[in-house]
Amino acid sequence: MNIPAQAPALIIIIPLLSSLINILLGMWRRNLCYPFALIVLASSVLLAFNLMNTVISTGIIHYRIGGWTPPWGIEYVIDHLNAFIAVIVTTMSFIVSVYSKRSIEKELRADKIPYFYTTYLLLTTGLLGITVTGDVFNIYVFLEITSLAGYALIAIGDEKAPMASFNYVVMGTIGACFYLLGVGYLYIMTGSLNMADLQRLLPDLYGSTVILVAFAFFLIGVSIKIAFFPLHTWLPNAYTHAPSAVSALVASTMTKVGAYVMIRITFTVFEPRFSSEIIPMTSILGWSSVLAIISGSILALAQTDFKRTLSYILIAEVGYIVMGLSVGNRSGFTGSVLHILNDAFMVACLFMVAGAVVYKKGSRNLDDFRGLNKSMPFTMAAFGIAAISMIGVPPTAGFFSKWYLVLGAIEAGQWVFAGALLFSSLVNAVIFVRILEKVYFSGNGENPAPSRDEVPLSMLSPVVFMAACILVLGFYSGDIISSVIQYTVPKGF
Amino acid sequence: MEIITSIKPILAIAVSLGAAVLILLTGEKARNLRETWTIIAATAKFLIVASMLPQILDGKVIEYTLVSIAPGLSVQFRVDALGIFFGLTASFLWIITSFYSIGYVRSSNENSQTRYFMCFAVALSATMGVAFSANMFTTFLFYEIITVCTFPLVGHKETPEALKGAKRYLTYLLGTSVAFQLLAVILTYHTAGTLDFSNQGIMSAARARGVSDAFLTVIFVLYMAGITKAAMMPFHSWLPAAMVAPTPVSALLHAVAVVKTGVFVAVKIVLHIFGVDLLRQLGLGTALAYFASFTIIVASVIALKQDNLKRRLAYSTVSQLSYVILGVALLSPSGITGSIMHIVIHAFGKITLFFTAGAIYIAAHKTEINQLDGIGKKMPFTMAAFTVGALSMIGIPPIGGFISKWYIAIGSIEAHELPVILVIMTSTILNACYFLPIVYAAFFKEPKPEHDTHHSHSDQMTSPPLTSPLVKGGNGGVHEAPAMMVVPLVLTAAGAIALFFAPSTFLELAKIVVSSVTGGN
Repeated sequence: MNIPAQAPALIIIIPLLSSLINILLGMWRRNLCYPFALIVLASSVLLAFNLMNTVISTGIIHYRIGGWTPPWGIEYVIDHLNAFIAVIVTTMSFIVSVYSKRSIEKELRADKIPYFYTTYLLLTTGLLGITVTGDVFNIYVFLEITSLAGYALIAIGDEKAPMASFNYVVMGTIGACFYLLGVGYLYIMTGSLNMADLQRLLPDLYGSTVILVAFAFFLIGVSIKIAFFPLHTWLPNAYTHAPSAVSALVASTMTKVGAYVMIRITFTVFEPRFSSEIIPMTSILGWSSVLAIISGSILALAQTDFKRTLSYILIAEVGYIVMGLSVGNRSGFTGSVLHILNDAFMVACLFMVAGAVVYKKGSRNLDDFRGLNKSMPFTMAAFGIAAISMIGVPPTAGFFSKWYLVLGAIEAGQWVFAGALLFSSLVNAVIFVRILEKVYFSGNGENPAPSRDEVPLSMLSPVVFMAACILVLGFYSGDIISSVIQYTVPKGF
Repeated sequence: MEIITSIKPILAIAVSLGAAVLILLTGEKARNLRETWTIIAATAKFLIVASMLPQILDGKVIEYTLVSIAPGLSVQFRVDALGIFFGLTASFLWIITSFYSIGYVRSSNENSQTRYFMCFAVALSATMGVAFSANMFTTFLFYEIITVCTFPLVGHKETPEALKGAKRYLTYLLGTSVAFQLLAVILTYHTAGTLDFSNQGIMSAARARGVSDAFLTVIFVLYMAGITKAAMMPFHSWLPAAMVAPTPVSALLHAVAVVKTGVFVAVKIVLHIFGVDLLRQLGLGTALAYFASFTIIVASVIALKQDNLKRRLAYSTVSQLSYVILGVALLSPSGITGSIMHIVIHAFGKITLFFTAGAIYIAAHKTEINQLDGIGKKMPFTMAAFTVGALSMIGIPPIGGFISKWYIAIGSIEAHELPVILVIMTSTILNACYFLPIVYAAFFKEPKPEHDTHHSHSDQMTSPPLTSPLVKGGNGGVHEAPAMMVVPLVLTAAGAIALFFAPSTFLELAKIVVSSVTGGN
């Protein structure tokens, strides 16, 4: 079998089947689940990079499931944007899975571990499905797979997790319904579910109220899924009370894939012309993202729980991404797509640091970060790098996406947007400096410095790897833009 | 102009980064080895910088592009006359400060010495990065690195007071640079399409393309507000707050590296981003000159009423830094020359003053000015050096300070800004008012019968035999700080005098800068 030719299907099928096999494997030998999941996810990473390579060298991949021709059959279409997102999703899943072993052993009952990895693989399957498919209904299917897996993973967290997860279920279901209604309306009007087909059919119908309503439903549905302010309320609780490894995974991938869906709907299914001229998307999404950024930042400032702080920062970061899309120019869009990558790394790194502190200190409270540089120097160094990147200090990766986002806002003449981005950088600076100060400057005069007490290597190395990536990725921003991101920019920008 | 491609600027930056790693690896266990790395790196750095000098004096420029990240965002270095001027000053003074630092931290038994020397080395790397940067992105990159890596130095003592000072330091420097400077940089790229420094300024072309004057003015104001390291009012208060740092940090960083980075970047922006002609047309030079004048006078007045020696020096620094801004804002050849000369001249003078403050603290445990009566007899070398530094600040020949003030004064006549002379004269009088009484008290007043210090001393004294030799030494003859500290401060004082008699190399560099930015006239 020609593996590269089948890669678009394999990238879904392998984790999907593996998640089922994993249950059986767990019944036989519980401790095999972890290595099995690692192998599966590693192969997904390879497949994703393979897809990326194919796209870069030969162009867009069209893959017809079962050989059915598009408007009727399901088609997987992989262009630069999908491949890019697939690489992010698989990489995050793989790295977090490496990290998960010890963290999960500490936080979960042993008999839950096989199910954890089963659900974990299912979540990855869903995310990848959303990413590779070229069919709006198929997105809905995978969206539900992702969400269901996500609800389950979040619910196995601490004692408050079931309630947080239930909230998420309610909100997530509403979001999914909105999305599905959007799909239904489009289907009624056009008789098609294929993105390329819709793109061809829709322009004639742009004046139709039904289409406008469908678009609104899409946006609201996706906005709930990515926790876009003011539809964010489910996120902080869910991500705070989930197991650490789950927080790291869902924070770095689910919002990113949601942002991808938003890009697909607003710029592929509908033309940029529709999104920017026929409806005032810049004003609606742009100003909402200003609110998201400012309120997310300020709420983050008010938290004492580290994971909750990160959750609110994530809400602000989602605002960044949406803002970049809404300004409607090349710089802004580039910034958004680049930020999807950078933010995935930063958020994953920070949540893994949170997990490491939970592992050692059993606490998420910011006060317990006091003097941690002595006992966990490597974790804290990684934390410092991720924090600096969040603030947006060069040469870390965070600076470069912020650069393009601010540039995009200025090119669009949206000074308030640019101001909101800089404001959020400042607030991030306050948040992280306060924490770093506790970490580095308060071991003085107290008990003799605690001895080195780092987390196990399987947890430490992913954290350090992420931090190293944050440092290095910045320098490759230009290469990433010129080889991938520039092709994702919609025509007309 | 001939351009040479050479890796030397990178080496100058990398040598202390390498040292920082070695310092960290060596750690507390082998102190002498650890300090050796600092000394080696400092010497090597200076030699590398100095080796580029002949080519620069020949009118050549050394360039090297490290990495081109994205359009407009490349880490690129260009060593020109202005850059090497600053690079030489900072790298030379680092050698001296290194010895002084070793003496200081060991005498006062500072905590976390490894972190201290490591951050110092990184700070100097970043300073070289700013000095040699070829575009505004590279400048901003290293500007931020300086802020981040000097933060641990300011908060070094980890006392609540030190942390408060450090927090203010970071808030001002990081806050304004992210809020204003970054915005200005992005706007520059947006309007000019490039961030590369050019002798004519990159904004003049933008104005020709129809960018409005008001917009350019806004960018300029954002820059000046964003370069808080220059400590122009109203963004100056981080500098006095940063005085909680150990004295060598105040000396090298807050008299030379950090604050001079601020004024250096300001000079770069005036000369290379906006350009002399454009600023003259916009009338912004004059506005900046009056802004700087305000800082000069007001900071001097505030300095008058400071009793803490380091705080008085800090306000003096705030005032003196604005001389550099004032000189370049005059936009006239002599003004620019004076401005650039003041970078090195003030560096030598002020580092001497801070060194003496540290020596007094180590040898006599005194930090307030009213405690200094008669200290000149106990610490003759230190106080002699202090006098030299003070005279340099006031601008009395035969000390360096005279030269820069002279040029700035001539520059103000060239620019037809006569009130500036008045500012310089007023400031000179004020400088004399807050420095000379210290000198007078140190040498000509009798020591106070120090009853309160004595009381507190005996209160704290649980074991009199331990501290009595120190007190006895204090009553009697000469009691200087360790030689490791006194020799450096005498050297820098000598340097301040030497700059008066032999400023030729630096003057020549300044002339190259002036002729390149004014097109030779």
